[in-house]
Amino acid sequence: MIELSQVVKTFEAGLATPFTAVDGVTLSIPAARLTVLKGPSGSGKTTLLTLIGCMARPTSGRIHLHGLAADALPHLAPAEALEITSLPERFLTAIRRRTFGFIFQQFNLVRGISVLENVMLPTYPTGEDHRAVEARAVARLESLGLARHLRSSVDRLSGGEAQRVAIARALINDPAVIIADEPTAHLDSRLSEDFMGLMSQFKDAGKTLLITSHDPIVYDSALADLVVEMRDGRVVSET
Amino acid sequence: MRPPLQRYRNILDFALSSLLRRKGRNLALISVYTLVVFVIASLVFFVQALKHEAHELLVQAPDMVVQRMVAGRHDPVPLAQVEAIRSIRGVDEVQPRLWGYYYDPVFGGNLTVLATEDAALAPDAIWIGEGVARSMRVKEGDLIPLRGYDGQSTLFSIQKVLPETSELVSSDLVLMAPKDVRALFHFPEGLATDLAIQAGNPRELPTIAAKIVELYPDSRPILKSEILRTYEAVFDWRGGLMVVVLGSAVLSFIIFAWDKATGLSAEERKEIGVLKSLGWESADVLLLKFWEGTVISVTAFLTGVLLAYAHVFFFSASLFEHALKGWSVLFPHFRLSPALDGYQLTVLFFLTVLPYTAATLVPSWRAATVDPDAAMRS
Repeated sequence: MIELSQVVKTFEAGLATPFTAVDGVTLSIPAARLTVLKGPSGSGKTTLLTLIGCMARPTSGRIHLHGLAADALPHLAPAEALEITSLPERFLTAIRRRTFGFIFQQFNLVRGISVLENVMLPTYPTGEDHRAVEARAVARLESLGLARHLRSSVDRLSGGEAQRVAIARALINDPAVIIADEPTAHLDSRLSEDFMGLMSQFKDAGKTLLITSHDPIVYDSALADLVVEMRDGRVVSET
Repeated sequence: MRPPLQRYRNILDFALSSLLRRKGRNLALISVYTLVVFVIASLVFFVQALKHEAHELLVQAPDMVVQRMVAGRHDPVPLAQVEAIRSIRGVDEVQPRLWGYYYDPVFGGNLTVLATEDAALAPDAIWIGEGVARSMRVKEGDLIPLRGYDGQSTLFSIQKVLPETSELVSSDLVLMAPKDVRALFHFPEGLATDLAIQAGNPRELPTIAAKIVELYPDSRPILKSEILRTYEAVFDWRGGLMVVVLGSAVLSFIIFAWDKATGLSAEERKEIGVLKSLGWESADVLLLKFWEGTVISVTAFLTGVLLAYAHVFFFSASLFEHALKGWSVLFPHFRLSPALDGYQLTVLFFLTVLPYTAATLVPSWRAATVDPDAAMRS
């Protein structure tokens, strides 16, 4: 479980024009379930994702991971709660690498290199054996129907294909939590349904899923266990 | 493979594919970088090789040369002085030398004609240096005509082409019998060009020189150490002149490289953000940028040094020989013997590779130490 307590994120704090993107959010995100953050643009969904995913630190408030960071920080007992906002950078990086898999709105694939290399990128700093990682990446890509694109440059992929490469990359370190930011924003309805199909498989495999979206295909899906509505940086409802 | 080593290898692999992604930009950078290293290394090699040649030359030089001066000009020395100088305490040997310059209008170069008493030299034959043979396109057994003081040509057969230990020493040399030298230049009997003196103890040379001047006030003794100092000064001065000229080129490169290396494009900044969000630490990003900078600078350094080596030692530094060799039009062309100085190469390495690598790390460090989400938004 991920627990947020009075989390605030203010950009340009202390300057002439501070902007509070997340304003006192308290929330519990259950493990092995699909949680959707919905709300209009500027409601603070993406900022909240970056805070949960250890990509930025909140200005105030606390975020606890319950039983999720054991792979990243082996000295912790599996069930122990970990308060992440005060951790040093290298621990945050380790958690980001082992605990979370990110699927970005713009996919954020590295241009000019192959599909396979993109998927293997998160493992390079771990020093894991190259051949073992490659075999794992090929298996992931094959399971997502991308076998024929292994050596292609990512620049030549369609939107749906690029997203599946981003999914394969998010899964390469076998994370406990998958975070997806507006994953269907650039997909048509059929591809959006396909995406939700994949999420269903991951949920069945015991992954915790956290998705931001203002697409009804996502937040009205039967798969969604918890839908959190946000507006102006605050949680307005939980269903 | 152990994980830390594998980590280095993985990141190096990615650095190489990153460089290939920006082929155009990186090739342009390597080309300019190589050019600068090439020019500086050519200069270093050239000056070093000239110093080496000068050293070789001086190894064979006498401890002291005595010339005679008339109205401030060099004039032949009477052979009658030989015995008087030999009797000075500390002088081991006095050898009168007979030599002069012969200008050949056909190939446009000066030859140094030197008399030798070597018994192996056949009558009417000469020994020539490698440079003379190359310039005149002649070989052993050929006949060459030399034009005497009166305009009459004399034929000499080439008995031997001198081996190439130091071309600067022997390249333009023509060795012939003393009688042939006197006949060619109409050099009077009883006179020599100068006197070569060997002393048992080199520390006595200044005293011997003072005694010679006392004995013959119109003489000018030149010590080996003075010749050495003059050569060093000339070569260093020529090298220094080129450094000043090249300074502006190097400065332009530094500005160019600084601009290229320090300016991270928006795409590069975003990529750093993506890598960090995928679990790369700041140290991993810095290692990536370090490899990129190292690959570029080491490639440019090695290519530049190899090209400079070929330029100086295979093509006689043809691009700037006029500035460096000085009176090159008067000499037959000579090839320098390779002489490398590890210290200077190391200094060149640190002056060219380190600043560039450091320049690539500064902006990457700035980008790599911010939160990944900020780097992605920038």
